[in-house]
Amino acid sequence: MLVYEQNALSEEIENLVKKYGNDRPALLEILQDIQRKHKYISDFAQQEVARLMNIHPVEVNSVISFYSFLHSHPQGRNIVRLCRTIMCEHAGKEKVEQAIERELGISFGQTTKDNRITLEYTNCLGMCDMGPAMIVNDRVYTHLDPERAVNILNEIK
Amino acid sequence: MGKRNNLRTPVSQRPHVVPKPTDTSYIGGMVSVQINEKKVSVPLGTTILEACKENQIHIPTLCNHDDLCVAGVCRICVVEVEGMRTLQTACTFPITAPIKIHTSTPMVRKARRHIVDLLLSEHYGECYSCFRNENCELQTLAKEYGVDEYTFGHINSPRHEIDNSSTSVIRDMNKCVLCKRCVRTCIDLQEVGVLEALNRGHDTKVGTFLDKPLADVICIYCGQCINRCPTGALRANDPSDDIWDAIDDPTKHVVIQTAPSPRAAIGEEFGIEPGKSFTGELNTALKRIGFDKVFDTNFTADLTIIEEGTELLNRLKKALVDKDESVKLPQFTSCSPGWIKFIEHFYPEYLDYLSTAKSPQQMFGAITKTFYAQQAGIDSVNIVTVALMPCSAKKFECNRPEMNASGYKDVDYGLTTREMAKMIKEAGIYLPEMPKSHFDDPFGEASGAGLIFGATGGVMEAALRTVYELVTGRVVPFDNLRIEPCRGFEGVKQASVKLERCVEKYNFLEGVELKFIVAHGTANAKIVMEMLKRGELSDVHFVEIMACPGGCLGGGGQPIPTSEEIRKKRAQAIYEEEESLPIRKSHENPHIKYIYENFLTEGPCGELSHKLLHTHYTKRGKYIS
Repeated sequence: MLVYEQNALSEEIENLVKKYGNDRPALLEILQDIQRKHKYISDFAQQEVARLMNIHPVEVNSVISFYSFLHSHPQGRNIVRLCRTIMCEHAGKEKVEQAIERELGISFGQTTKDNRITLEYTNCLGMCDMGPAMIVNDRVYTHLDPERAVNILNEIK
Repeated sequence: MGKRNNLRTPVSQRPHVVPKPTDTSYIGGMVSVQINEKKVSVPLGTTILEACKENQIHIPTLCNHDDLCVAGVCRICVVEVEGMRTLQTACTFPITAPIKIHTSTPMVRKARRHIVDLLLSEHYGECYSCFRNENCELQTLAKEYGVDEYTFGHINSPRHEIDNSSTSVIRDMNKCVLCKRCVRTCIDLQEVGVLEALNRGHDTKVGTFLDKPLADVICIYCGQCINRCPTGALRANDPSDDIWDAIDDPTKHVVIQTAPSPRAAIGEEFGIEPGKSFTGELNTALKRIGFDKVFDTNFTADLTIIEEGTELLNRLKKALVDKDESVKLPQFTSCSPGWIKFIEHFYPEYLDYLSTAKSPQQMFGAITKTFYAQQAGIDSVNIVTVALMPCSAKKFECNRPEMNASGYKDVDYGLTTREMAKMIKEAGIYLPEMPKSHFDDPFGEASGAGLIFGATGGVMEAALRTVYELVTGRVVPFDNLRIEPCRGFEGVKQASVKLERCVEKYNFLEGVELKFIVAHGTANAKIVMEMLKRGELSDVHFVEIMACPGGCLGGGGQPIPTSEEIRKKRAQAIYEEEESLPIRKSHENPHIKYIYENFLTEGPCGELSHKLLHTHYTKRGKYIS
């Protein structure tokens, strides 16, 4: 990471710490803000958060590794999470899964070459009566079939 | 509602009623509880575990450790509390009402057996090839609760790679049972923060920042986690095979130096109660193993005192007489390699405050491969120096690139107390039955001042005995040389000695109140460093810091287990042995006088001692790249 990028990131985190405070309960909110903006929390950012909140870097890392929606490695611009729980499985998740993989040319857990989409699994979204379901960034799509799923993915930038 | 002991009663149908105290005098006072038909009265807030311990009722524990905060993660200590829907963990349950506790019901026994079984299902490793065989808490529990088969299966291939990247600590996460004792040790007790639980659920493991190898993160190698691990997941890097090779090689002259703390603790490895020193017996055992010479690290501890004391007096002179603003005071001790690495990482801007004197171990290496080689007529190439230390960080210290003042690697191997005990057992020797013998000359005689280096405050006490006498010409004004303010296990101790009627050379110290601080454990070191940062230590002159709780005697290489009680007994053994020694002040050691007359002829802090006995430090910083 370049020095000026590091400085910018440090300043950004300093502002976040100012906004949310530097006690432990603020940690999640700070991490979520960084995640939202950069799509991942770099190792430098983790250490800066730790420094400013007066905790150990490994504790920040521990929190990030605990939550599925926080990442410590670069992700695509959009994150697509397909429900893999049993109800969606019965509703035809497998076909949707194959169609998506074929369309994007990657398998789950990977990011497209143009950095547009990262594919992931998720556990139950609470849409068991409307499966198969997937979540694109913050929006939930239900009643998927292979064609609809591919169309949705093609529309996102 | 079913019968109370019927395990199949749906839990949701059990009544959840905790009896309220009817007598108001209970509140904040004593609570009467019934444990297994025995009525006892305990202070409000006592945990069930503590209450049972006081009443000689055994409750098994795994994640619980006397030095650490309560976690309640292993569940092995579950007991039945009448009125509670589920089993409760005794270690986390504070008694606030007059409850009835049952520690051995069918449900409790079955639950405990299943818990051990579940722990074993993920515990990969064979007991025979594990260094904790016969000293493993998981093994003991499995036996205690009659685990005779793996009810929940058993993992039969390793899931994690063994991390042996560092020179000191090896992590084998296949043996980890996630009790998180190492996490609490690292974060709460030592405040270094290397280890924490990563991931979630079944994937949880104890790991470092971004799961990097230990050598790449900020670990000070104090080894406290090794001493607290209930299984063999953490261990020290064992060089004993290399040492056997050197002993068996007739061309090599193998020299061992033994530090004060291992002597006071090695008996524990042979089943002896803590609190007995085996100095003489250890000497005989080492000679029988095949070490060519057995020397006393206390000799260089005396040397350290002379060098460090002189450095302190030089700094005081520069500050008080020459009014030199650049002189850094207080002077910090530099004997503990864990502390050195800690300050290099966390407070690199304060490295100038450290004494430049090497630790006794490294001084010994440098002296052995120069002065001793010359006196004994042996080529330094053929000398192998081994250091018996209570410490895992010493292994890192002897491998530092700058530690080759003699032209060779000053100390070849650092060996911990545990590994030494293993070597002694391997040689077929039962240590407590050995006849006593003395150390070998020329570094055989050492003062008691060197011996007490093993306990927290010992370096300070030894330094004060010498410095006070050098400056005033009189003995320190304490009964029988026991400088009590330096002793004891308080985290940060502050005290002072007034210097009066000084000898002519040290006139500038007339009336100065020599202030000193003693701290042990890096969490306390952090407190002291923050005080320094805030400028609160401007009137303090000397600070002793040891990285491990209790000083070296509680070091990461000492026998397992360790607790405050055991550390106190070890300290007592050291202080008792010290009082029986004829020489108790470093500067009165005749061999020290001899070495300054014949080898380090320029005196303490002279050019040659700067080359051999002093070192420099590296600014490491805490950024992990």
